[in-house]
Amino acid sequence: MKKNNTGFSWLLKMAWRDGKASYGKLLLFVFSITLGVAAVVSVHSFSDLLKDNIASQSKALLGADYLIESDKPVNDRVMGIMDSLGGADAREINFMSMAAFPGNNGTKLMEVRGVEGGFPFYGELETTPVSAAKDFRNGGALVDATTMLQLNLKVGDSIKLGAVTLPIAGELETVPGSTSVFGAIAPPILIPFQFIESTGLVQTGSRIEYKYYFKADESEDMAMLDEKVDPILDAEEADLDTHLSEARRLGRRYENFGKFLNLVGFIALLLGCVGIASGMGIYVQMKIKSIAVLKCLGASKRQSYLIFFLQIACMGIVGGLLGTVIGYLLQQLFPVLLGDLLPVDVDITFSLQSIFLGLSLGLAMSVLFALYPLMKTLYVSPLQALRVVQETKSRSKRATTVVGLGIVLFVFSFSFWLLGDFLRSLYFVGGLLVVFLILTAVARFFMAMLKRFFPHSWGFIARQSLKNLFRPQNQTLVLVLSIGIGTFLISTLYFTKDMLLEKAAIEDSANSANMILMDIQNQQVDGVSNTIKASGYPVIDKIPIVTMRVETLKDRHVEDIRKDTTSQVGRWILNHEFRVTYRDSLIGSERILEGDWVSSVNSESDVPISVSSDFANMAKVTIGDSISFNVQGRIMSTVVQSIREVDWSRLQPNFSIVFPSGVLENAPQFGVMTTRTTDDQGSAQLQQQLVRQFPNVSILDLKRILSLLEDILGKIGWVINFMAFFSIFVGVAVLMGAIYSSKHQRVKQGALLRTLGAQSSQILKMIAIEYAVLGFLGAFMGVLLAVLGSSLLAYMLFETAFAPSWVPFLIILPSITLLVFALGVANSISIVRNSPLSVLKKEKE
Amino acid sequence: MSKILKVQHLSKTYRSGEHDLNVLNNVSFEVGEGESFAIVGPSGSGKTTLLGLCAGLDTTDEGEIWLCGQNLFELDEDGRARLRNQNVGFVFQDFQLLPTLTALENVIVPLELRGVKNAAAQGKELLDKVGLLDRTGHYPSQLSGGEQQRVALARAFANKPAILFADEPTGNLDDDTGIKIEDLLFELNKEQGTALVIVTHDLELAKKTDKSIRLRSGKIEQTVG
Repeated sequence: MKKNNTGFSWLLKMAWRDGKASYGKLLLFVFSITLGVAAVVSVHSFSDLLKDNIASQSKALLGADYLIESDKPVNDRVMGIMDSLGGADAREINFMSMAAFPGNNGTKLMEVRGVEGGFPFYGELETTPVSAAKDFRNGGALVDATTMLQLNLKVGDSIKLGAVTLPIAGELETVPGSTSVFGAIAPPILIPFQFIESTGLVQTGSRIEYKYYFKADESEDMAMLDEKVDPILDAEEADLDTHLSEARRLGRRYENFGKFLNLVGFIALLLGCVGIASGMGIYVQMKIKSIAVLKCLGASKRQSYLIFFLQIACMGIVGGLLGTVIGYLLQQLFPVLLGDLLPVDVDITFSLQSIFLGLSLGLAMSVLFALYPLMKTLYVSPLQALRVVQETKSRSKRATTVVGLGIVLFVFSFSFWLLGDFLRSLYFVGGLLVVFLILTAVARFFMAMLKRFFPHSWGFIARQSLKNLFRPQNQTLVLVLSIGIGTFLISTLYFTKDMLLEKAAIEDSANSANMILMDIQNQQVDGVSNTIKASGYPVIDKIPIVTMRVETLKDRHVEDIRKDTTSQVGRWILNHEFRVTYRDSLIGSERILEGDWVSSVNSESDVPISVSSDFANMAKVTIGDSISFNVQGRIMSTVVQSIREVDWSRLQPNFSIVFPSGVLENAPQFGVMTTRTTDDQGSAQLQQQLVRQFPNVSILDLKRILSLLEDILGKIGWVINFMAFFSIFVGVAVLMGAIYSSKHQRVKQGALLRTLGAQSSQILKMIAIEYAVLGFLGAFMGVLLAVLGSSLLAYMLFETAFAPSWVPFLIILPSITLLVFALGVANSISIVRNSPLSVLKKEKE
Repeated sequence: MSKILKVQHLSKTYRSGEHDLNVLNNVSFEVGEGESFAIVGPSGSGKTTLLGLCAGLDTTDEGEIWLCGQNLFELDEDGRARLRNQNVGFVFQDFQLLPTLTALENVIVPLELRGVKNAAAQGKELLDKVGLLDRTGHYPSQLSGGEQQRVALARAFANKPAILFADEPTGNLDDDTGIKIEDLLFELNKEQGTALVIVTHDLELAKKTDKSIRLRSGKIEQTVG
């Protein structure tokens, strides 16, 4: 027998003919794909653009092609290396210090940068007036523009840095090398290099950076230079940074945030796919008669399947394309939302890659998720055209497994592509599966229990609406899934943000410090202490600090370890000048993981010390290992007696290395002191007094830092919430799709009920109860899963106790329930508007 | 006259829960080329099941059906679909037009399935024959019941079938329209030499056919002609 001669073009034609008549139903599916793709494309393209912009502006970010830096004055060997590189083109000394503004008695912790030479060679010092960028080199200071605004300063006012007073030459808008996040805590001041010495601020304990900037020839290979020179500099406790490595470092910082947002966007897309799957199920159900007729007329199983497959593929392409365009528009918002958290200005461009990403995502996701419901077309018997036939064949188990595995594999591969980490992708997909499974199980359990323990004694309206929840083609599963996931996302993000803020604020209780005074010289301790007490505030802690470097690790000299290319000891351990304290007890942010805490000792040999777990990991040491330190020229041998876990996120002085009492008391040291001020005015007065008397002492106002942290988290939270709300938008689209798809059935049911005497208000009440129950069940499960998820996050990641905030329960839960209720009822009003006769007549036709 | 449809010892049993329901029991008959044939009987006598089996819409384990020289039960589902496309036309009681396709598009689906080039022109010709040339772009919902059945007739004859199965073709129509459709059906049957198998309650309609069988409880109770 001849095969029928139809080709691909006929399938396309049929898909188009059928699709154009059903476009109202298909449009909502396209809409959910569009929103999901828009979320992914916008975040992904923006992350890429940010990386590209950082790379293309890397020289301007560093101000030079490369620099050599050290936290101590460079030695002759480093000088020799720099000479061999043609000599530095500019140099800089920078440190944090309190600045005083005598004109208005203001004080502020600033990042003082003394620069010399033509720095910056790339990018520019943006100042007001413009001429100030040059003029300040003749003996003025450029002060961060925001600080000038905050402290009401004008060009020409004075700034006092230690023993030096300089006129303010201009407002500093941007300067290469100062990051905006750090700049919010200690904003930059640029002064000519020659004034640094006379400030008198370069003292014991001061954290000072020495930087040497270089301009290179176009032809010079930065990677090669880094590879060749950096190891030699390492041995001399100096470091080489090229503009390329700086771009990589900055890129990494934003990468994680980008990855997180990408996942949030991806979840929105997955949610859209759940909508596609459920909508397609209802759509295929409606098409069963048509499929049966087509088969009667001679269409094969493959042909009738492909007609709907092509529709889905086209929907995916259209959704992907629209999503890409909306994603492009959305990207324009990110720089506005993130503001000065971004290190560079990002030019938003339309990239081919994002078009490809949007199209392929739209196509792949919609096709993958529609495959399972589409399989039903294969099993439609042509006999359905003659009479109602009970389905005898179910979908092939093998095909179902293949489709299921295909979906999981695709979701995993895409997550892996986003995250670049196998284990994290596995956790993500696993976590998502668990949430999907729990929500599915709850929806099914709810339906089963409702069926089993059906309240037969309830009134007609309540009974009818509850029956709608488990009747054939009900929407319970799809709505609980989409509402549940949307609510879960938003609530989890809310809880996480809350947890981060609460954790940072944990020490801001009645008896804890809210001001830290640093770099107090030994001879200043009593004076500072007296000043604090005289202002009526307590001295909470006096923390002595001794600086030292690691000399040997497990009896191997750091020089040998540096030369050993197989060594896994971190460079930070070998090069860093550690600030170490001594005390006889643990503090609130610490707990012992291994070994025993030793309070005090008498002997100076093999001193039992405590190291943080991070230090132990990087130094590859454990209990009983020996470490010797160079304490400003004197070698001191120690043994690791305990390993502590330190909560670095707490706003208080924490230490990698802690000595017991009785050893370091006589070593050259400086101090940190903490106090608690009660009001802003008192705090400002104390700061002014301290800066006047002890100009080298730096003051960290924790209250201010906390509010800055809140501001930063607020901005990040805004973006995260924005993306999370996308999930809700998608959820709404899915919800509308589900409502629209089943409207036909509801219209018929409504008409029959009205024919039998039901009033419009009764029918509307039935619908209202149904959606209110669905909305509440989905949203409640979402919040509940968020509590579980956040508890896990609190336990595993933040290591803190989790007390859920009431906001998701009292605001998010009722709002989402109300939204579902309102959408459900609003979309169903037309059911009671049509006359029963017109509906039934249409039905008959 | 050679036989276009041969049904031999056909039985069909449906399983309903725990019980077996015997719908057809040892049914045999033949239909010759160009012949008209009616299957009559009360509701539940197995008429529609017999029609569905004859057209290869369903299968059974007992008996044989030869359609256009092919043993239907030796073909798979797609094979039977191809046979229908090349040799069989259908008219249903509730018209079964594809609701998302216009009248013309509905008529040309069988032609397009065969890969016919000028399907639209042929489709218009067929619609003209059933008096609906001015309705080519209308969707089924925009047509009356009689008009829909005329479109269904045009579709049924589109691929010049060797045999046409009609399930209560006038069952959903008023008397006047029903008579017009009957006339059209027999006219096309004569004109194209198509064998006609009609399932009906209507004894008047059955009388117009060359042969008929009466079914009762799945068995042939009476053969006429």
